[in-house]
Amino acid sequence: MSELEIQASATGHGAGRPPASAGGGFGRMRVSVVELAAVLVAVLLLTAAIVPRLLAPGDPLAIDPLAAFGAPSWEHWFGTDESGRDIYTRVVDGARDSLLIGLTATLIGLGLGAVLGTVAGTLGAAVDFTVNRFLEVLFAFPGLLLALLFILVFGPGPGSAIIAVGLSTAPGYARIIRAQLLRVRSSAFVEAATVQGLGRGRILTRHILPNTLAPLLVLGTLGIGQAIVWAAALSYLGLGAQPPAAEWGAMLSAGRTYITSAWWMSFFPGLFIVLTAVCATTLGRSIERRMRHA
Amino acid sequence: MSTTGPRDASSRAAVALAAGLHPPVALRVGNLRVGFGDASADDAVRGVSFEVRAGECLAIVGESGSGKSVTARSILGLAGAGARVSADELSLAGESVLGLSESAWRRRRGRAVGLVLQDALASLDPLRPIIREIGDSLRLHTRLDRAERSRRVLEVLDAAGLAQPELYAGRRSGELSGGQRQRALIAAALALDPPLLVADEPTTALDVTVQAQVLDLLEEVRARGTAIVLISHDLAVVGRIADRIAVMHEGRIIETGTTAEVLQNPRHAETRRMLAAVPVDRPRGSRLAPATAVREPVVAHPPARVPERLPERVPVSVASRTPAAEPVAEPVIALEAIGLSKSFRGPHGTLHRAVDEVSFRLPRGSTLGIVGESGSGKTTTARLALALTAADAGEVRLLGEAWSTLPERDRRARRSLVGAVYQDVLGSFDPRLSVREILRHAVAATAGSSSGGGSAGRRATAARVSALLDDVGLAETLLDRRPTDLSGGQRQRVGIARALASSPQILICDEPVSALDVSVQAQVLDLLDELQHELELSLLFISHDLGVIQHVSDQVAVMNDGRIVETGTAAEVFRAPAHPYTQALLAAVPRLP
Repeated sequence: MSELEIQASATGHGAGRPPASAGGGFGRMRVSVVELAAVLVAVLLLTAAIVPRLLAPGDPLAIDPLAAFGAPSWEHWFGTDESGRDIYTRVVDGARDSLLIGLTATLIGLGLGAVLGTVAGTLGAAVDFTVNRFLEVLFAFPGLLLALLFILVFGPGPGSAIIAVGLSTAPGYARIIRAQLLRVRSSAFVEAATVQGLGRGRILTRHILPNTLAPLLVLGTLGIGQAIVWAAALSYLGLGAQPPAAEWGAMLSAGRTYITSAWWMSFFPGLFIVLTAVCATTLGRSIERRMRHA
Repeated sequence: MSTTGPRDASSRAAVALAAGLHPPVALRVGNLRVGFGDASADDAVRGVSFEVRAGECLAIVGESGSGKSVTARSILGLAGAGARVSADELSLAGESVLGLSESAWRRRRGRAVGLVLQDALASLDPLRPIIREIGDSLRLHTRLDRAERSRRVLEVLDAAGLAQPELYAGRRSGELSGGQRQRALIAAALALDPPLLVADEPTTALDVTVQAQVLDLLEEVRARGTAIVLISHDLAVVGRIADRIAVMHEGRIIETGTTAEVLQNPRHAETRRMLAAVPVDRPRGSRLAPATAVREPVVAHPPARVPERLPERVPVSVASRTPAAEPVAEPVIALEAIGLSKSFRGPHGTLHRAVDEVSFRLPRGSTLGIVGESGSGKTTTARLALALTAADAGEVRLLGEAWSTLPERDRRARRSLVGAVYQDVLGSFDPRLSVREILRHAVAATAGSSSGGGSAGRRATAARVSALLDDVGLAETLLDRRPTDLSGGQRQRVGIARALASSPQILICDEPVSALDVSVQAQVLDLLDELQHELELSLLFISHDLGVIQHVSDQVAVMNDGRIVETGTAAEVFRAPAHPYTQALLAAVPRLP
């Protein structure tokens, strides 16, 4: 198995060099073990999010006081919580909320960032100046603080958490998009398009925007992991999903009180937060690598 | 320990040389093989053997991909982590260095063998003054104290021909000119006075006058008894200082001999082809590449399309080419620059005049070559001619009408009259597009969006794309490739095809062949020449390469510091240059014997 990975990295190096001759395109890059694992985890998580009953047939909210604080066993793989609810079932069930929060928050952040960045990069110096100062104000607040501020105004809940996380990631995306836009705009191929007699609008839609926004796909995938962690953090603080909802951050928070006696209550939701973030990041990186060499 | 040890060695070699004795062998390579990646893949170097004696310069010449650089790097144990190096013999000054450990190599590099690389800017740490960069090897290999090291560094900088070493030694690489950097790099390689110097394309990035100075310097180093292995793609450069030449092709040495033998009586067909491709002193209209190579294979051409060529064409003038029956009229001026000036603001608020009062006329159907060294304002002139930047003063007129003074909106309709070919072709292609899409977009850009729809329009576009490919001699099988998967020559052909898509009357070429191997360069130059005949193109051809300019131009304008210092027909300028700068430039051009 490790040999597979070495081959994959060797191909990666080879592809980094421009080909000396016109000997056909590079073959498909081989998939490394880590990438394979990430895809597997992603498939499992998506299954859990879409059809949780397939992986865990039980009811995540079913209480069984007699089985409370049960350590992981054959019956309860991840143990049980203070009300005897099966943590495995709850973790599986929580995938939907957590993933939904991560995805939507990232989409909101990306969308807002794309609009701000494009507006700043295309509509002239005055707009650019205004947008930049606005972004700097947003940057002055730590992202989580910005999210807290939003929730303070609009009240806690999963919806607020999503928008809050989306808002607080938007300035970063806007900056990157603006920088990318400026880079693409001054590139040789845009100049070549001008020489061909293309109008400003067509150059923007045909060359500048596609080349600016395509890398965003990667950025977005990388952002999902971060958004999930942030949303979990908000839930942990009691500002996102509310207990007894099976959301990972909320579960983590609920287990905090019993961490010395029932470690599994926090450990397994936490593990899945980490796993999801790592999985999304790995996939993002491998897509990035492939796109660069495509 | 002091530096006297190795210096004794090379001075002994010099003495031996002077006494007519056989100088000792500095480097012996026997059946060197280097491969990368899978064992099944073709080796980059396939059994190369040679030796170099003290005070001798061996040049290894070949085109990109021939394995010359890999060979050079293997001599220093720098073939790379993934490389499989094997040889029957690899010895420096009689001592075998086959299979040395990395730490053993580290002790030898700099002391037993020095390396000079092409890209001096990338080879020097931009944050450290050169005195410390060069002092490093002394610190690592000798026990000289700080003051002695500084003295030695100044000494080698002086030996490397850097004027006022005390002034420049404290500067960082970014604060030096290209020539000064290359000298600093050579000084670094000479600091420990190694008996062997490996120079990998040491002058390729340099202007021709600086190149001449650096070659003189290497000549001096060799005369002091150092053995030199000079890697280059340029036969003319090599001819100036090499004692012997080894020509590499596809990982093998296909020919070795004394410089005179190889350059005057090349035995191998590949060597002859490389020599024939050098454009220096080749008159306008003569072919550089074998006829079959101009249009790349696969596409068959009716022979009638290749026009008969006079051995030496009368320069300039559409008149000479128009039928004699017509009255000889004043030639139409395709492109005219009148008093162009353009300044850029420097880092400290100073104004730098990149282009200063530049005027020229490009008669229709002819080629105007603009030649100059880096920083002379050639590229800014090209951008002004393309109306990509606005001039501070003066204007460019296109076919007698306003061009640079128009607002971009009005100019757009006339953009199709002017095509551009770039040095960095790859950068001029949208990285997302395949060759087919690039050409299709270019065709559509001229056709306008109105005719773009419908299957008839699509078929017309496809036919035009095929015709363009045919024009530049590319096979249709390349259509679905991306430019990154093409060779340099193929990319430039796609670039030319794109420029021709709008059926322009004028082609502005900014260093179109500078990134290409000499034989590929020859093919592209021949292609441009042929297209000019067929399509009645007017060419504004910008290059730093005097040989190329002489070969392609009817008229020549020599630029220096933003000004045109001399103009005239190519024949006049190259036979009897009037301006001292032109004379200096021409004197510095390396020529084949």
